[in-house]
Amino acid sequence: MTTPHDTLAGAFAVGSADLARLHARLAGVAAEEGLLDVAYRTLDSPVGALLVAVTPVGVVRVAFAGEGHDVVLQDLADRIGPRVLESPAAVDGTARQLEDYFAGRRREIDVPLDWRLAAGFRLTVLHHLATDVPHGTTVSYAGLAALAGNPRAVRAVGTACATNPLPLVVPCHRIVRSDGAAGSYRGGVQAKRVLLDLEARAPLGP
Amino acid sequence: MSTVPFEVVVARHGALVLRVVRAVLGTVDADDAWSETFLAALRAYPDLPADANVEAWLVTIAHRKAIDVVRATGRRAVPVAEPPDRAHPDRADGRDLGGTAAAARRAGADGIARLRRTYPDVLPGGTP
Repeated sequence: MTTPHDTLAGAFAVGSADLARLHARLAGVAAEEGLLDVAYRTLDSPVGALLVAVTPVGVVRVAFAGEGHDVVLQDLADRIGPRVLESPAAVDGTARQLEDYFAGRRREIDVPLDWRLAAGFRLTVLHHLATDVPHGTTVSYAGLAALAGNPRAVRAVGTACATNPLPLVVPCHRIVRSDGAAGSYRGGVQAKRVLLDLEARAPLGP
Repeated sequence: MSTVPFEVVVARHGALVLRVVRAVLGTVDADDAWSETFLAALRAYPDLPADANVEAWLVTIAHRKAIDVVRATGRRAVPVAEPPDRAHPDRADGRDLGGTAAAARRAGADGIARLRRTYPDVLPGGTP
């Protein structure tokens, strides 16, 4: 059966290059005019493809491929707003810092953060992690619980790490078990090892 | 039912919207109408009911934006005090073109033939 759309498709063939160009232009104007709830891009890294999402406030979400980027984008649409658009230019500053970090040229990701996806004690834990546990060091779950002001909340620290919306930027890979094992990680244990090894190799520099 | 990220809307319906605006405007002016369509859709997207027919909604916006472009193009035409209702019969050299489309085409063809004789390298198909 021929539908009107098929007829249109035949008469006006549309190339993917045209659509990519138009998408880029749309993303640029939309970001410029402040029409986006969330802008994002993906980038390749030694721990797999990363999704980096920003709001007008700052970086709101970093996600590993294993989380399912489509699932994460839907979650952002539900929790923040549906005007979610791939807009590399809006995220390039953060992406460049991440690339420098993986190349050993940078110790911390220093960008504005939007903390809205974390709350309560978990947020307190993440704040301490972001400020008190520098590149190349590690902290135990119990140690971080103490830093966050509740030494008995070891399990809650584990949950805060497992649900960290900003992995890499807020370095939950630096939380290790008291027996020295790496412990679980949102991006997988292997990714955690890669990051700890990376930081152990390049502990110096600005 | 939750609202999908706008990125999914563009990925699913971007090609159809481009065909719609090209059907009205041709390839050159279609880009502006495509952008205007998705910018308008983006602005209104949070208020779109979750069960709305997104494709029909976009096609409606696209038609409207394409017509806006047609009107804007018309407005850009140079205004004259008295719009001519027929081709002007006089030429600067005094030859009468006859004021018909066929005559205009013949005059155009004459001009191109003359250019070919003068610049045989620059016009396609003009090698003597």
